[in-house]
Amino acid sequence: MATPLLQVEHLEKSYGDVHILHDINLTVATGSVTVLLGPSGSGKSTLIRCLNGLEDFQSGQLTFSGEPVTPSPKVWQKLRQKIGMVFQSYDLFPNLTVLDNILLGPLKVQHRAKAEAKEQAIKLLKEVGLADYQDSYPRQLSGGQKQRIAIVRALALNPDFMLFDEVTASLDPEMVRGVLEVLRNLAQQKMTMLVVTHEMNFAREIADQVVFLEEGHILEVTPGKQFFENPQTERAQIFLNSMDF
Amino acid sequence: MHSGISILFAGQNFSRLLGGLWISAKISIVSLVIGIALGILLGALRTVKNPILRVILRLYLEFFRIVPTVVLLFLFYYILPKNFNVNLNAQAVAMLVFALWVGAEMSDIVRGALISVPQHQCEAGIAIGLNGPQLFRYVLLPQAIGLMIPATINLMTRVIKTTSLLLLISVMDVINIGQQIIEANRQTHPDGAFWVYGLIFILYFLLCYPLSAWARHLERQQDNNA
Repeated sequence: MATPLLQVEHLEKSYGDVHILHDINLTVATGSVTVLLGPSGSGKSTLIRCLNGLEDFQSGQLTFSGEPVTPSPKVWQKLRQKIGMVFQSYDLFPNLTVLDNILLGPLKVQHRAKAEAKEQAIKLLKEVGLADYQDSYPRQLSGGQKQRIAIVRALALNPDFMLFDEVTASLDPEMVRGVLEVLRNLAQQKMTMLVVTHEMNFAREIADQVVFLEEGHILEVTPGKQFFENPQTERAQIFLNSMDF
Repeated sequence: MHSGISILFAGQNFSRLLGGLWISAKISIVSLVIGIALGILLGALRTVKNPILRVILRLYLEFFRIVPTVVLLFLFYYILPKNFNVNLNAQAVAMLVFALWVGAEMSDIVRGALISVPQHQCEAGIAIGLNGPQLFRYVLLPQAIGLMIPATINLMTRVIKTTSLLLLISVMDVINIGQQIIEANRQTHPDGAFWVYGLIFILYFLLCYPLSAWARHLERQQDNNA
């Protein structure tokens, strides 16, 4: 078997006395889509943030592309160019135009040539159907448009791995489809992704594997189709039954 | 019988008053430029999570905020030459004290603006690989500037008004010169105080009003954008 893109071993995370994540073990194969499911407060967001160094953890080992990750600010700063992350609240920089939002990383972090980075940015904008908005400011865009721009901003660094933390959770229903379409296209292009979502139909369609998390424990890791038809744990079955889809 | 207003135009009185106003304005401008630069630096440092640094900067802020400006002026004017053998002229002392005062007040404005930029914005910047200084330069500062401009302009008007204390350390500012003119013309213009202070009122108003109108305008603009 090929080297997995990401391997998480025995990760433990607590805030003070509160234990958030217990003995997390997880393998993400290159080119696969992993969907992280679980009730609110189960630690999904905390886990995904640990994988981008936005949260530190007490113990455990991350291995990315076969290289053990030493959790230091310098290492994370380099690694974040390889691991893109998109948040629920988009968080575009309001003082910059769409194009400048996208180019900030490629120009200032990766020190790439402006012409080349801009060409790529415009190509990516076209792919998400927003090429006409490169000079707009975030406040002029709808939530769904902002979120697609935020995805482009992360992709502009040419990451190997993308983390999506409930990226449709604060969107109006009619905006959700456009954003999911972008994720679907990425999956078809064999981008390795880890997706936290409550869109169950989408999860069923896109997931190569489902990781089911509850109260900080991984209860099961199951191939996508199988999880939705025949989950291994009773708890996951109850969770699926409670979801309206 | 002449009108009292002629005191303003007798001899070189008017140009002397304007000269005094220029001294006040010059001290304000120099201390604001130095103080604001200092305040941005200190304000940024106050967001760093280092307890010792925090305590030191906090003490500095509180000292300059609590001690009345007059006392600060006297302290620096009398103690620097006597106890530290540093001889500065009155204008330089005024600039130094005001710059340190502005630096302290400004550090609080900057810190407040920086910490009110949402944490999510920082995380979005970190997630695209920005390092600390880049995050400050491209994400935090540009967003904080909008938040700090109105308070900064208010600080400017306070500095300009406070230059009226400088006569206490014998700076030849507009008030000091006004008093000299009133004294010198007491015989011929017994109502000189009314006209001279009236003019000084108008001069200060002309300096400060545009600034505070600008601050109000910016605040309204921000409310509209929010």
